Amino acid sequence: MPGFDFSNHTRNAALHARGVPLPKATSTGTTIVGCIFDGGVVNCEKLHYIAPQIWCAGAGTAADTEFTTALISSELELHSLSTGRKPRVVTCMTMLKQHLFRYQGHIGAYLVVAGVDPTGVGLFTVHAHGSTDKLPYVTMGSGSLAAMSVFETQWKSKMTEQEAVTLASNAIQAGIFNDLGSGSNVDVAIITKDKTTLKRGYVKPNERSKKQKSYVFKRGTTAVLNEKIITKEEISKYVTVHELGSGEATVGEKMDIDV
Amino acid sequence: MAAMFSQNPLMNGPNYSFNQAPSTSSGGNKEHAFYPYTDNGGSTLAISGSDFTIIAGDTRSTSGYSINTRFQPKVFKIGGTTSAQDDATLVLSVVGFAADGEALKERLDTIVKMYRYQHGKPMSVKACAQRLSTILYGKRFFPYYVTAILGGLDEEGKGAIYSYDPVGSYEREQCRAAGAAASLIMPFLDNQVNFKNQYMPGSGVGHELQEREKIPLKINEVEDLVKDAFDSAVERHIEVGDGLQMFVITKSGIEVIYKALKKD
Repeated sequence: MPGFDFSNHTRNAALHARGVPLPKATSTGTTIVGCIFDGGVVNCEKLHYIAPQIWCAGAGTAADTEFTTALISSELELHSLSTGRKPRVVTCMTMLKQHLFRYQGHIGAYLVVAGVDPTGVGLFTVHAHGSTDKLPYVTMGSGSLAAMSVFETQWKSKMTEQEAVTLASNAIQAGIFNDLGSGSNVDVAIITKDKTTLKRGYVKPNERSKKQKSYVFKRGTTAVLNEKIITKEEISKYVTVHELGSGEATVGEKMDIDV
Repeated sequence: MAAMFSQNPLMNGPNYSFNQAPSTSSGGNKEHAFYPYTDNGGSTLAISGSDFTIIAGDTRSTSGYSINTRFQPKVFKIGGTTSAQDDATLVLSVVGFAADGEALKERLDTIVKMYRYQHGKPMSVKACAQRLSTILYGKRFFPYYVTAILGGLDEEGKGAIYSYDPVGSYEREQCRAAGAAASLIMPFLDNQVNFKNQYMPGSGVGHELQEREKIPLKINEVEDLVKDAFDSAVERHIEVGDGLQMFVITKSGIEVIYKALKKD
């Protein structure tokens, strides 16, 4: 069966009425912004792929932003295949709002949709209840007020790509520093009609400082109450043992050790 | 059918709990509430040594997801002869509700200043600790919403720390973390100050294994521990950050060290 599974709904309602709290979904403390410039659009923080030239920034319930964008991305690709045209940003926005409106705000996805399509540049916000805005600069999430204050004071029409990226990054940083919910780094997607450039960690203004002391424990510090040694011969009864040559690079990740 | 999924009792759906009751009253009485406390976040930390005490606190003040200011100290010198507190011997840290913290500090400071004036000598930490407990319990049914830590040097010159709950229960301790990130810092202190869960390698088998010997920490080691504890707390707690104030109490006086913390 497609869609959500509501089979536990009545049981959970009864439990909740008796005082059992609902499980809490992870809500992302976030600042997300978007800003158009001549010939393109930039889009910052927590980015989701929709189509090659359409990207979405998500705030709100993390799982909802993840699954909603993935679902719409898939539907939009099928739509594009059946029409034989490139996907449009308005189409994506309409699909998102219709999906979200149907769920009356229970799907807690707050999105900034940005992209370039054959009709030009598109930049929208979509709220969890299904309302949308079309604006030259937008912000959402818990840091949206801090970010919007930067746009409202510094935004101008006809910006170059670099100016738009710097402005959007400054807006995000206003969120990082003045909103406790918003995290440390800035990711940017620059979308033009020819290409999309993703810059993860465009700015990292908050690198952790080096530790003052070393916290390496001497081997044997942790108490061992009993130990059992399983030989290679014994373990081969249950799993396949493959001998690695001494020169061969060890497969798997090397453990990080603080010094 | 649609009503079955309605969470609103007005729409004849199941009435789940009080927090989902209709926000607009359906005719009747409106209950008014006044809650005089707020949580201003932040964390404090105190460690005593053989001849010193360090009390530290971050300088961020928050309410909800907003920062009130990046510099509001929550560690104070107590009981100097003047408001400059140059000759103070005691340090008080307060974390929780900042307004109550300020009020508590002012009240304790006044009392300790009066003691000094009347007796011609500074108050001992032990006496001040008992007095602070009495002050807190005096407001048993309208408490100062703070976790306090008092520090200084005892009569033998050894480092002394007294930690409190909001209504005056207190205890002398080796080290204590309080406030928003207390649950993050305290286990680190247990391990690094009192060497909890550390054993001497090869000293025995099973339950015969000997615990790592406790040795008093040096002053600069403690300063490093404090900085590392706060740097880590900043990573994992949003209410902690901006700046770190360390009050280092020795027989030669109280030195205040400020260090920057991350501001995000």
